[in-house]
Amino acid sequence: MANKSLVSITDYSKEKILQILNKAAEFEKNPNQPLLQGKVVATLFFEPSTRTRLSFETAVNRLGGRVIGFSDASTTSGTKGETLKDTIIMVSNYADLIVMRNPIEGAARYAAEVAKVPIINAGDGANQHPTQTMLDLYSIKKTQGKLENLKICMVGDLKYGRTIHSLIMAMSHFNPTFTFIAPDELKLPEEYKMFCKENNIAFTEHDELTEEAISDADILYMTRVQKERFTDLYEYEKVKDVYTLRNKLLENTKPNMRILHPLPRVNEIDYDVDNNEKAYYFEQARNGVFARQAIICDLLGL
Amino acid sequence: MEKGRKELKVAALKNGTVIDHIPSEKLFKVISILGLENCSTQVTFGYNLDSKRIGKKAIVKVADKYLSQEEVNKIAFLAPKAKINIIKGYEVTEKMELELPDTFIGVLKCKNPKCITNNEPMQTKFHTIDKEKAIFKCHYCERISESENIEIIR
Repeated sequence: MANKSLVSITDYSKEKILQILNKAAEFEKNPNQPLLQGKVVATLFFEPSTRTRLSFETAVNRLGGRVIGFSDASTTSGTKGETLKDTIIMVSNYADLIVMRNPIEGAARYAAEVAKVPIINAGDGANQHPTQTMLDLYSIKKTQGKLENLKICMVGDLKYGRTIHSLIMAMSHFNPTFTFIAPDELKLPEEYKMFCKENNIAFTEHDELTEEAISDADILYMTRVQKERFTDLYEYEKVKDVYTLRNKLLENTKPNMRILHPLPRVNEIDYDVDNNEKAYYFEQARNGVFARQAIICDLLGL
Repeated sequence: MEKGRKELKVAALKNGTVIDHIPSEKLFKVISILGLENCSTQVTFGYNLDSKRIGKKAIVKVADKYLSQEEVNKIAFLAPKAKINIIKGYEVTEKMELELPDTFIGVLKCKNPKCITNNEPMQTKFHTIDKEKAIFKCHYCERISESENIEIIR
């Protein structure tokens, strides 16, 4: 790689993860620091993502930097047939750092190879979204006071959910125990189960979200069960309600347990859960700004 | 005697390359990736020959041609158990055992239609993550695939 970039969570060592999380905690205490004064950050969103883009732009603004970019690929030269390479080299001339969301998988890795400035991958299709993983880790550490030896229960779309896959990789440094709860169609792919076995990570699998399955969890990580993932809509109708988290299910969970969700939430967490003190997903999103401040400063050597 | 007769099935080669122990079903792919249909020197091949090791095997003999490393890598990918012999003056001067390289650059095509390598004029890149089981990972979209699910770019 020509320069420092963050493309995949596996680009970070355990030490690097901890260092970034400590930095993020400092930004939470004091979010407005003019470290990026005189710097320009480009946010190139080839597909819309309101939350991620606003979170990055907030991070840059709180650091005193300026933002250029677009949030809709139809306004770019890509529609005229310009290659990603040319777009990235051009923007490298203008900005000190590029944040990119692109529906094409591997786009961020390629951009990092051709760009003269650091690239932050803000999601490349179903592949990677490492800043989400960093804010997930930050939220876990903040709510549990540690990352080591936690019981993490993951629910929903474990097959296609990239946040799930990246979080498994990242948590593998910290001796977790996993519970995977998913319908048959959306079970965790074999390669990630192999990864757990090779790294001596204990896990169990369930096909129903029940009180017993989540009773010893420290973290309940919910994801959306998307209708379009099912080839048989009858199967979807059968499972959709089974994977909805309701207050009643939470009665016997541990007091320290917190519910995370990468958002947007649709119907997998009932609105009655929002006022439960264990609901943490909105604060989790807020933590994203601090994690991104830490990642940006790290990549720019600040 | 049996052995002598078997060897006669494919003509002896003065100078060139013999690729032996190719699984029969891979023969035409091997011919294709080596571009032998455009080869001007003598080419002999045997198909569905009996093999104790792999059942039905194929063999290719190409006169006056020696393989590049890239061609060897492609054969390693297609037929990892094949054996390559270099012939000079009717003698085997070199026997090559095939081994999958750590990376393939510009050789394999990613089957993920959403991969950047299928959406941008650029070289592909694959990492061999398990040489025994022949499992590969696309450097860009990070999809992990077995060799049956990856094609060779000609």
